[in-house]
Amino acid sequence: MGSEAISFYLFGAIAIGASLLVIAQRNPVYSVLLLIASFGALSGLYVLLDAPFVAVIQIIVYAGAIMVLFLFVVMLLNAPHEDTEHDERVHPLLRPGPMRFGAFLALVLAGELWWALGRGGDTGAFPGGAVSSVRVIGRSLFTDYAFPFEVTSVLILVAMVGAVVLAKRDNPRDRRDRGGL
Amino acid sequence: MTALLIAQILLTLFVFIALLHSAAAMVWVERRVAALLQQRRGPTRVGWQGLLQPFADVIKLMFKEELRPRAADPLLFALAPIISATAAFSAFAVVPFGASTTFFGLLDQPLKLQVSDVNVAVLVIFAIASMGVYGIVLAGWSSNSKYSLLGGLRSSAQMISYELSYGLALASVLLIGNTLSLTDLVNGQSGVWFGFIPRWFLFLQPFGFLIFMTAGIAETNRAPFDFPEAEQELVAGYHTEYSSMSFAMFFLAEYINMVTVSAVATDLYLGGWHGPWLPESLGWIWFLLKVAALLFFYVWMRWTLPRYRYDQLMAFGWKVLLPASVINLLVTAAGVLYFGL
Repeated sequence: MGSEAISFYLFGAIAIGASLLVIAQRNPVYSVLLLIASFGALSGLYVLLDAPFVAVIQIIVYAGAIMVLFLFVVMLLNAPHEDTEHDERVHPLLRPGPMRFGAFLALVLAGELWWALGRGGDTGAFPGGAVSSVRVIGRSLFTDYAFPFEVTSVLILVAMVGAVVLAKRDNPRDRRDRGGL
Repeated sequence: MTALLIAQILLTLFVFIALLHSAAAMVWVERRVAALLQQRRGPTRVGWQGLLQPFADVIKLMFKEELRPRAADPLLFALAPIISATAAFSAFAVVPFGASTTFFGLLDQPLKLQVSDVNVAVLVIFAIASMGVYGIVLAGWSSNSKYSLLGGLRSSAQMISYELSYGLALASVLLIGNTLSLTDLVNGQSGVWFGFIPRWFLFLQPFGFLIFMTAGIAETNRAPFDFPEAEQELVAGYHTEYSSMSFAMFFLAEYINMVTVSAVATDLYLGGWHGPWLPESLGWIWFLLKVAALLFFYVWMRWTLPRYRYDQLMAFGWKVLLPASVINLLVTAAGVLYFGL
């Protein structure tokens, strides 16, 4: 087994193991950290695919920026440990409705995976050529994929505006009703 | 081949040890310069001119008791300083500090004075810096103390805010240099204009340099932006509950981060190892001198300027520095497009 194969299985095992532990954890802070570990392993896989730019962006954007915000929220909300045995009330996500919905989503995902894996052999190269070059990625982003790129940025803008609108509800009457919060 | 490999390993070890000692040297410089600016003498007793003071401090720290609050999260409390120190060390791995050299014919092939030449070096530094935030945030959270938590939160908010301006200032340099490799960026700055002005990017990007250094000071949590450890408000911020060697690791990380920011600024704006009079193979002397000048500037700033207020820091970052860096980027892009700088 070459060093590339060893690295692939190592990174793959870390990514899957860490992702499984994310949902198996009771402590949300540990979940966030394990998700970062999983992203790190994914980034290693990108390096193996000769896409160092994508690997570094994965770390900067996902493991760096987005997960810091996740950690922030978890820390600020001071989310308690999920001790379901000792909890009198059933956790909202464990009620029958959400569980059925979750099972449905899992089935859809499994189906998609089965379909994607069944398409084996069709491993056509990326149309823009080698993805290792930042120049090529930039060019295809701003020419062939200009529309999806811009639409995505508008989507993120919408999310930002939505967050501001939701967070900035400083109506004084509203505040009095909810007891000072 | 094997000689080159051995040389590469030795170089890596050398960088590691040099970074450790640069932190020690910086502690001494900081205390002596602080004393100078405050008209006192500073540490002078241990060794010549107090030069061995940092080593005495380290020995003292090693023999101190390692304390951990009972309510702290044991695993994360131990992990946080390790993350900080590891991130600080590894960021320097992609920073070149001299031209390729054969060590006076000792090696067959020239060796790059850089631990690893990655073609996206600039982004790697970014990625590792963004990992360093976790050390501070987790230290703040796992200590289970209000001062630590506030320090950690402030620090992460500050680092995320200033990372934007930092990145945009960097992007302007990348536009001019037309590459993401630090070595190529440095080599793009060799030579002189009109026979006497060095072709440093500093002269093409004066505002970019100012933005970069300001954001760099905020990124490394140094005064006047040292909110994560604002003594009057937060005791010692995120490392309030730390003692002994785990405290030392945070301390080490802070100084090494300063060295890294200065080294990157030297490579990006001050022409790296290029300079007059010395042959190319001794260029690292220029590099060291430039980094030392920037580090002195860091210390000078700390003991001259008072700390901002927290809301002022955020307002400055988002309302002044970020727009300024966006404008700088636009003007640079227009310049590159229309005048082909």
